[in-house]
Amino acid sequence: MLDHLPEKFASVDIVSTPVITTHALAKTYRNGREVLKGINLTIRQGERVALIGSNGSGKSTLLRCLIGLNEVSSGKVTTLGETFTAAPTKAQRVALRRQTGFVFQKHCLVRRRSVLSNVVHGMLSEAGSWRGFAQCLAPESWRSAALDALAEVNLADRANARADTLSGGQQQRVAVARALVRRPRLLIADEPAASLDPVSGHEVMAIFARLCADHGITMLFTSHDMNHVLEYADRIVALKEGRILFDKPSATTTDADLKETFRVENR
Amino acid sequence: MSKIAKLPPRLPRLSPLSFALSIGVAAVVIVSILQVAPSVGQLADGVPNLANLVSRMLPPNLESAFLQRTFWRILETFQIALAGAVIGIVISLPIAWISARGVGPFGRIGAFLTKAFVSFLRTVPDLVWALLFVATVGLGAVARTMTIVVDTIGFCGRFFAEVIEDSEKEPQEAISAIGGNRLSILFGAIIPDVMPSLINSSLFALEKAVRSSVVLGLVGAGGIGQELKVAFDMFQYRNASTIILVIFVIVLGMEWVTDRLRRKLQ
Repeated sequence: MLDHLPEKFASVDIVSTPVITTHALAKTYRNGREVLKGINLTIRQGERVALIGSNGSGKSTLLRCLIGLNEVSSGKVTTLGETFTAAPTKAQRVALRRQTGFVFQKHCLVRRRSVLSNVVHGMLSEAGSWRGFAQCLAPESWRSAALDALAEVNLADRANARADTLSGGQQQRVAVARALVRRPRLLIADEPAASLDPVSGHEVMAIFARLCADHGITMLFTSHDMNHVLEYADRIVALKEGRILFDKPSATTTDADLKETFRVENR
Repeated sequence: MSKIAKLPPRLPRLSPLSFALSIGVAAVVIVSILQVAPSVGQLADGVPNLANLVSRMLPPNLESAFLQRTFWRILETFQIALAGAVIGIVISLPIAWISARGVGPFGRIGAFLTKAFVSFLRTVPDLVWALLFVATVGLGAVARTMTIVVDTIGFCGRFFAEVIEDSEKEPQEAISAIGGNRLSILFGAIIPDVMPSLINSSLFALEKAVRSSVVLGLVGAGGIGQELKVAFDMFQYRNASTIILVIFVIVLGMEWVTDRLRRKLQ
């Protein structure tokens, strides 16, 4: 599948504290489709983990279950110290989402607002959330933090531009800044580079990896691009038909492992 | 030629019930037209009367004292429309948020009850509200302003709720995913996204309020409408034509301004 494994982006000291632990996590949708079947997974502080698998293997559902965006059918999840079974309580949900940055495949920006306002939205879970309506209403500390986050993704000079005037890659970088503006402990990204061209995709992933390494943020992302997976993740977890197929360091992942992950079973 | 599948019918086949309902609806429409729509003979008979009325309306009364009185009446009419529409729009915003499905803070029951309340306000015609308010607060501008407030809530409450329901879901999900509450989602994602639609609906509400404000005078709620009614009742047709022309200019001017604002928003 791949001729060579790209050089690793950077190495991180992995501290042993678990950030995410799941025990026999299962998810069945209302239509009876079993998406996740007994997932046992531990992700430690500072790790950069890639979740791979073919479409429908349960990657996105797993990400959403970890922060309570989707309800869990059975099993137990502990994310950032909050343990829940079906769904987190309101207090747990607020607590764990305050420490989590989430980046979607689509940038999910508010198109008509300025770039700075969109990054200020990252502070909306803080007290006085109505002030996140626009950057002009936000406290000075939020505005400064947002501008710093924009500088980290090299977009400080576009702070006043309307979000929909930026290119796709730039918009995704704004989404990264929004996710990281509160310095979360955990960053979850669901195919963050899928809608971008190869150059912009690498740019976004490199920014992710650099910022997570710089600030000791745990990073969990899904991707269909094996170059991204091998270059920016320390560890790869492969899902197949709702189960973990393998979970190993990216350095020891082989072509055969990847082929097996995406092999379609004869029915 | 290779064997091909049978072509599907051009039109879906109607069930017997749908067919019977279609025939029933068509029959009701035809009977209604035959019973209450004007016949060609009736229209022809009305032409001389119309010509007579128009001849008595011309030329419009341009005496300065009358024009001055008309100006103050039209100003009052416009003020009532503006105040009523603005108060109604402001009240409509929280009502729309509560009644928007999947977005509001009080769930399905809250949304259902609020929607039902807005439907009630909308279903009762504004002239009926005007009669009600004239009976409760008396003749004059206050009754008319209150009528327009209620009418605007009925109109904007529904349209605001619809645009809120249809607003882009991704930014809302993004804010929810980083711990934002319903208020954060409202201010951070929904309002910025739907602002142009809200302004658009508000401008329509203002136009509608100006027209309503004129008509409401006919039931005794004051303003230029009452002046028009008096002119017709007293057979002062030249005064009536002046008032009609002024109303036409005001409504046209209002539409011109709101059209320009709408175009700017896009």
